[in-house]
Amino acid sequence: MSATKSRPEIPGTTLFDGREAQKGYALNKMCYSFNSAENRAEFLRDEAAYCRRFGLNDAQRSAIEHRNVLELIAAGGNIYYLAKFAGIFGLDVQDVGAQQTGMTKEAFKAKLVDAGR
Amino acid sequence: MAKIVGTVTTSHIPAIGRAIAKNLQTDPYWKPFFGGFEAVHGWLAKVKPDVAVVIYNDHGLNFFLDKMPTFAVGAAREYVNADEGWGIPSLTPFRGDPDLSWHIIESLIDAEFDITSCQEMFVDHGFALPMALLWPGGAGWPVTTVPISVNTVQHPLPSPKRCYKLGRALGQAIGSYDEDLRVVVIGTGGLSHQLDGTRAGFINKPFDLMCMDKIVAEPEALTRYTIPELVEQAGAQGVELVNWIIARGVLDDRVEKVHSNYHIPISNTAAGLLVLESRA
Repeated sequence: MSATKSRPEIPGTTLFDGREAQKGYALNKMCYSFNSAENRAEFLRDEAAYCRRFGLNDAQRSAIEHRNVLELIAAGGNIYYLAKFAGIFGLDVQDVGAQQTGMTKEAFKAKLVDAGR
Repeated sequence: MAKIVGTVTTSHIPAIGRAIAKNLQTDPYWKPFFGGFEAVHGWLAKVKPDVAVVIYNDHGLNFFLDKMPTFAVGAAREYVNADEGWGIPSLTPFRGDPDLSWHIIESLIDAEFDITSCQEMFVDHGFALPMALLWPGGAGWPVTTVPISVNTVQHPLPSPKRCYKLGRALGQAIGSYDEDLRVVVIGTGGLSHQLDGTRAGFINKPFDLMCMDKIVAEPEALTRYTIPELVEQAGAQGVELVNWIIARGVLDDRVEKVHSNYHIPISNTAAGLLVLESRA
């Protein structure tokens, strides 16, 4: 018997449910730690050691190395915690949106403006 | 007895905090958004609330996935805003009203809402920025506060129908409090937006405008949506609309729309604002 109900399919969207929350726990816990400026600095000082401390798996480690948001989501990352990781590099949610949609930031921002027309 | 003077529902977006910190309120990008609050300031000066009950969702400042309450009510003397990872300056701490908080907690549990009580609670941008939009200037807050946090992070989330009922119970809780307090209820978040996945940047103006219309006179219409349907129509983070639905639930069936504003985009988000009063 399946532990969870079948999930609704919404294009381009991963519903962050219990399955994702289990899969991404270590990764999200590390990103949650980035609320603290000291921890952000510690990550930048020794990224590999910081990831080891939180017990990231290979897919999570590699997604962190690649700074790749879609890979981070596939590895169980939740966008609210991932936004704190992006913050380390001074990236905002428009940078993150541009990366995931394969657009330049300017094109992504223009698309948002168009949505208001 | 306590009296609900009305509800204000508004979007909350971290970029608003940056704009406030840099004083960009009259910048061409920001003016259509901040300008919408001038009427709210006038309304607040008229209705003079003593307390703000703020319904919002935490984004990983106070709650992590280790413990994720569906509905959490603050019961602290003070609530502190803190760094969420981006180093934006924190806002002045907010005074609580523990007696009112415990009255709300007891009333909600009596009404079969098994909420979590929190005697310590950090409040993130979802709580703090709407406060700064309603009472700008950074000189402190003229109201005490009761934060109510709703899980919109980890599915399953509470349904719109459940949230509307919570609003109903919250309205009764506030209305039965034996102090002459004037209470404004604030619902934050939304409207349509999506930050994650290849659908990032999704905005749905017709759906938002429908919600802003229905929530006034026909809020039950919004309680027919399931959470996955809301994700599809409003975007993954557009589900924060449930906070608006709770805030609407505290009012009478018949309400008057005092003010509204809607602007696309603020950051990745369609920003909405509504002020409603129960019709006497």
